[in-house]
Amino acid sequence: MAQGLLASFVHVDAAADAIRALRARGVRGLVVYSAAPNHEIEEALEHRVSPVRLITLIGGLTGCAAGFGMTLWMSHDWPTLVGGKPIGSIPPYVVIAFELTILLGALSTVAAVALFSIVMGRRGVPYDPRFSDDRIGVFVPAAPDQAKQVEHLLRSAGAEEVRHA
Amino acid sequence: MSAAAPPHPTAHAGHLITQTHADVTRDVVGTLSPPTRGYVLLLLGAVSLFLLGIVTFLVLVKDGLGHAGYQPPIFWSVYITTFVFWVGIGHAGTLISAILFLFRSPWRTAVYRSTEAMTVFAVMTAGLFPIIHIGRQWIFYWLLPYPNSRFLWPNFKSPLIWDVFAIATYLTVSTTFLVFGLVPDVAAVRDKASGWRKTIYQAVSVGWKGTDNQWRHYSRAYLYLAALATPLVLSVHSVVSWDFAVSIVPGWHGTIFAPYFVAGAIYSGIGMVITLIIPLRRALRIEHMITADYHFDNLGKLTLLTGSILFYAYGMEYFVAWYSGNIFEQTTFYRRAFGPYWWAGWTMIICNAFVSQLLWFRKVRTNLTSLFVISIFINIGMWFERFVIIVSSLSNDYIPWAWDQLNPTWADWGILAGSFGWFGMWFLLFAKNFPIVAIQEIKEMIPMPRKRGGHH
Repeated sequence: MAQGLLASFVHVDAAADAIRALRARGVRGLVVYSAAPNHEIEEALEHRVSPVRLITLIGGLTGCAAGFGMTLWMSHDWPTLVGGKPIGSIPPYVVIAFELTILLGALSTVAAVALFSIVMGRRGVPYDPRFSDDRIGVFVPAAPDQAKQVEHLLRSAGAEEVRHA
Repeated sequence: MSAAAPPHPTAHAGHLITQTHADVTRDVVGTLSPPTRGYVLLLLGAVSLFLLGIVTFLVLVKDGLGHAGYQPPIFWSVYITTFVFWVGIGHAGTLISAILFLFRSPWRTAVYRSTEAMTVFAVMTAGLFPIIHIGRQWIFYWLLPYPNSRFLWPNFKSPLIWDVFAIATYLTVSTTFLVFGLVPDVAAVRDKASGWRKTIYQAVSVGWKGTDNQWRHYSRAYLYLAALATPLVLSVHSVVSWDFAVSIVPGWHGTIFAPYFVAGAIYSGIGMVITLIIPLRRALRIEHMITADYHFDNLGKLTLLTGSILFYAYGMEYFVAWYSGNIFEQTTFYRRAFGPYWWAGWTMIICNAFVSQLLWFRKVRTNLTSLFVISIFINIGMWFERFVIIVSSLSNDYIPWAWDQLNPTWADWGILAGSFGWFGMWFLLFAKNFPIVAIQEIKEMIPMPRKRGGHH
């Protein structure tokens, strides 16, 4: 279990104040829990845009290439004349390529979230079930000698409860 | 944020704003309480219908499709009709969950989870029908591109193969979308549950804790999934329509088919959404979350829009048949209204084109009894639409000597009833075991308390 303090907030602006104050003091590695995404918290944390979009793009392009590649290769592997159309006929294959673009784009998006937020996510950070209900949680990693200072900061920002973890 | 910032688009007209985050968790977790007698009876009814379908299917497997009444010139009938019906039902769910998400339409939030579940179960049901219909169900995998001993690949120029890809993709992506949206909500339920249910929700929530990092990736991914599902939903019923339109059968061979089918699909799907949600909200005591004068009013408007597109499409089909000067096309459409299937043709026109026009009146849209009755008409009308398009078009072969009619048999009705049972069973099980209202999205709409008062 990571060492630090776990604060619980009722008010969103109080939590955002605490985050800004901690970041201004150079504290990094904060973990903020909330029951729903919140713009005020996101702004206070100054996160970069998620890299999920890149994985979505790669997945989608792979699907598109696989769709055209598979249909064209299979048509030429066993050439059969159908309806007087060319052996490798692009317009009907657009449908298959489109479907595979969507399929692989969507699956890779979900895989990316699983990778970034579950597999690569931080483990052993304390949690409280109230954070999925109506409280905002802020975990601050802190050595024992800094704990008192951080606790004071959290409480003065408006934390309802501060727990040593 | 500065005072000049526009109001949050979801903070609409006071709806839901009065509730707190804790209320939302309590009310939605409350829907997962032990089932009532009514629920158990409904579930038993659904399972019984499903078993009826299973028995019918086993007879079909043993004896063959002769029981389904297939005879020249009609080899596509109730099973393909019902396939298109169920695929169509699914479309409203994706429209509400993905397209309206991109449009930032706030009323979708309370209803989208149930419609999305409906989508997944409807497509799961639809997917069974082509397999039942092919007769030799045990070799359905011949439709898939796999290296086989005959060194043959599927014919990718055939719309039937496009359909295999479209339906398989739709089922996978809509299931992914549903499960993905469920994860944070299941985590909220996990934190309130105890005993073996907690263990199950713990596993399903895959370690979700709602950290800032998780939300950062999740919110982006949800946006992209919605953006991918949007063209998908429009494409799937277009591909289904091309199963017909790419052939040269009179009554099928029309360029109007793709948009006509997509509008019809959404229309039928919203009809089913209304049929399901009206009793569900009462049974689960969530009337205050899904309200008549807001959610149902908007569902009614969407029904009116798509119903009016259908009205136009029906009229346009007749106009094009007349204007084409093509005797086969003209005869087909004349016989739709006055031929042996006149009853099906008029059921479709009255239920879909005319009944939906009642929704111009706000009083009708916000009265749940009238809305429920209209939704039943829509369900019936849209099934008949597909029956008319498929069976009545095929019944007029090119030589009048070959014309014939097909009357649905017990095997058709048995499988149709079984499909409703299968769908109903999954939907009921889902509604009692998973949050049927999206906890996290409703919380996103409700401003959190502020120390300094006011709104962000």
